[in-house]
Amino acid sequence: MAGQLSIAKALNEALRKSLESDPKTVLMGEDIGKLGGVFRITDGLQKDFGESRVIDTPLAESGIMGTAIGLALRGYRPVVEIQFDGFVYPAFDQIVSQLAKMHARALGHVKMPVTVRIPYAGGIGAVEHHSESHEAYFAHTAGLRVVSPSSAQDAHWMLRQSIESDDPVIFLEPKRRYWDKGEVLDAPDLPLHAARVVRPGTDATLIAYGPMVKVCLEAAAAAEEEGRQLEVIDLRSLSPVDFGTLEASLKRTGRGIVVHEAPVFMGMGAELAARLTERCFYHLEAPVLRVGGYFAPYPPSRVEEAFLPDLDRVLDAVDRALAF
Amino acid sequence: MTVKSTARARKKAAPGVPDNLRTKGSDAPPELVQLLTPEGERVENPEFPLAITDDELRSLYRDLVLVRRFDAEATSLQRQGELGLWASLLGQEAAQVGSGRAMRPGDYAFPTYREHGVAWCRDVDPLNLLGMFRGVNHGGWDPNEKNFHLYTIVIGSQTLHATGYAMGITKDGADDAVIAYFGDGASSQGDVNEAFTFASVYNSPVVFFCQNNQWAISEPTTVQTRIPLYRRASGFGFPGVRVDGNDVLACLAVTRWALDHARSGNGPVLIEAFTYRMGAHTTSDDPTRYRMSEETEAWKAKDPITRLRAHLEKQGLADEAFFAGIDAESEELGLRVREGVRGMPDPDPTLIFDHVYAEPHTLVEEERAEYEAYAASFEGGENH
Repeated sequence: MAGQLSIAKALNEALRKSLESDPKTVLMGEDIGKLGGVFRITDGLQKDFGESRVIDTPLAESGIMGTAIGLALRGYRPVVEIQFDGFVYPAFDQIVSQLAKMHARALGHVKMPVTVRIPYAGGIGAVEHHSESHEAYFAHTAGLRVVSPSSAQDAHWMLRQSIESDDPVIFLEPKRRYWDKGEVLDAPDLPLHAARVVRPGTDATLIAYGPMVKVCLEAAAAAEEEGRQLEVIDLRSLSPVDFGTLEASLKRTGRGIVVHEAPVFMGMGAELAARLTERCFYHLEAPVLRVGGYFAPYPPSRVEEAFLPDLDRVLDAVDRALAF
Repeated sequence: MTVKSTARARKKAAPGVPDNLRTKGSDAPPELVQLLTPEGERVENPEFPLAITDDELRSLYRDLVLVRRFDAEATSLQRQGELGLWASLLGQEAAQVGSGRAMRPGDYAFPTYREHGVAWCRDVDPLNLLGMFRGVNHGGWDPNEKNFHLYTIVIGSQTLHATGYAMGITKDGADDAVIAYFGDGASSQGDVNEAFTFASVYNSPVVFFCQNNQWAISEPTTVQTRIPLYRRASGFGFPGVRVDGNDVLACLAVTRWALDHARSGNGPVLIEAFTYRMGAHTTSDDPTRYRMSEETEAWKAKDPITRLRAHLEKQGLADEAFFAGIDAESEELGLRVREGVRGMPDPDPTLIFDHVYAEPHTLVEEERAEYEAYAASFEGGENH
């Protein structure tokens, strides 16, 4: 795949390749056929693979999820598109009570190779229910794998790896980065659940995923002008978490800051901070800090910039970490 | 296209569909398909002819008696503390055996948690069902070996799984069909109504088999619906039939017809098996708080086993030796179940970590190792 692809196109190509390589792969979702999905991630796929493999569904998320489970039981490999983050909750019961548990309760007799693609998080000036960061709900559920790419390369290969997985994967797409471009290599350069050091540094470690990776890279670039070398790690996988990579980094830098859009309270950052403190206690110069959304419903878009972590809030946390 | 014309088109496509059962207004009295009266008299229904041999009749009787015996044994085992809970099927044997025996080997059933009679027909070992209620697993059988899915406890969830499975059958070009079991209470669930929608628009080969046993724990059907449940189907554009759920022959004939209708590409069918939950919802329930014993007594007169036995006797199809043989077999089953449950070992606690994922997950592996190290620290120790 020569040249630069947008994340959206990289995802589209991943779906195309998956449909080509496995006749059991089917796509399901609302408006994913002729329209190509509201974000055009499935653009052109129904035309090329037919209505029985790229399925426009009734507008019923629990129905989509429940029938995807049934198709998986029949030997299919469904890739479900939930139109927007806030619309996944009607399917929540099918995801956490049925999809996540099926393999365990069947003592391994049945597999659930279902990928659930969800455009998530904010920053696009949307109306309510279109900007949610609900990753902690899913990461808290045993039986699910949860991943979120931040680049075209990862969007492409992590989606293909997710579809190939025999476990259910919640695939969280940072919708405000859909049009960011990057190179997509001819092969994956990391396994699905590995974290990636996207910028090496020595003074503190920023840990982010999805839409916040870019913010952290910008913060690191700004910090460099002030003479600070920040390491940035793209977590990529939220369940399981690659603690090895995080631990090695924090033991070098002595400081860690987790950044996500979701509310800080009970978010991914809480778990990461707790576990990293346990693992790196004698190496830390400061408590692991968290930067994230506030404990409030996602706000109207005119004030969402105040809700979302940005470069300044990240650097403010870096200052606090360095001041310890 | 309106729903009405869709239904009419389907009617033409499937000869033998009972016109009168789905064209009446909602104020018309419900019609019930019955092939065997409570007194054991055979009734012919031209819409649902049933050719059945004497051997098959006797075999159905055996199924009904053994299933009831197994169920009674399970209730006793719960009372003795061997099971944590039991959901009795008492009174619903005919609905389950009739529909279960209507299935072909390639057909697939998606049960609730009370389909012990269907499990019996799908050759699932009764001890597997009891393992779940004892708490040694969440269902120990391989669903794809028996074409009988695991019991589903969240009301109605499985109707969507059944519909998705049926969508897969269509994609495969196969002529299998699926039965989704649920109850009158589940008919109110969004999932059930979504399953109706998906099955309808994709014309999926699934039969929705609703055992209306009149009670959803303490709530009567009047809390769930203002119209007979089978008429819900017309709003979704597929046929609905109400069958006497205590009549094993009617359940067999109607389900066989419905499965063939579905597998022939005519889409879903809703069957409402009109029956009665003679016992409590589960062993944790106390029906004396919400229903009158007169009602239960009235339904006792419609008992599914009594009427088939009366038929066999009147027609001279079975003698005392036959009934004694079934009784003996029933006692053997009871004994096997009793001994099997009592001898059922608890699983190793590391079962907790088995099968959480199909592929390795680092957190689960770490926690398994932590648990094993912790457990090992007690071996022979004073803390044991």
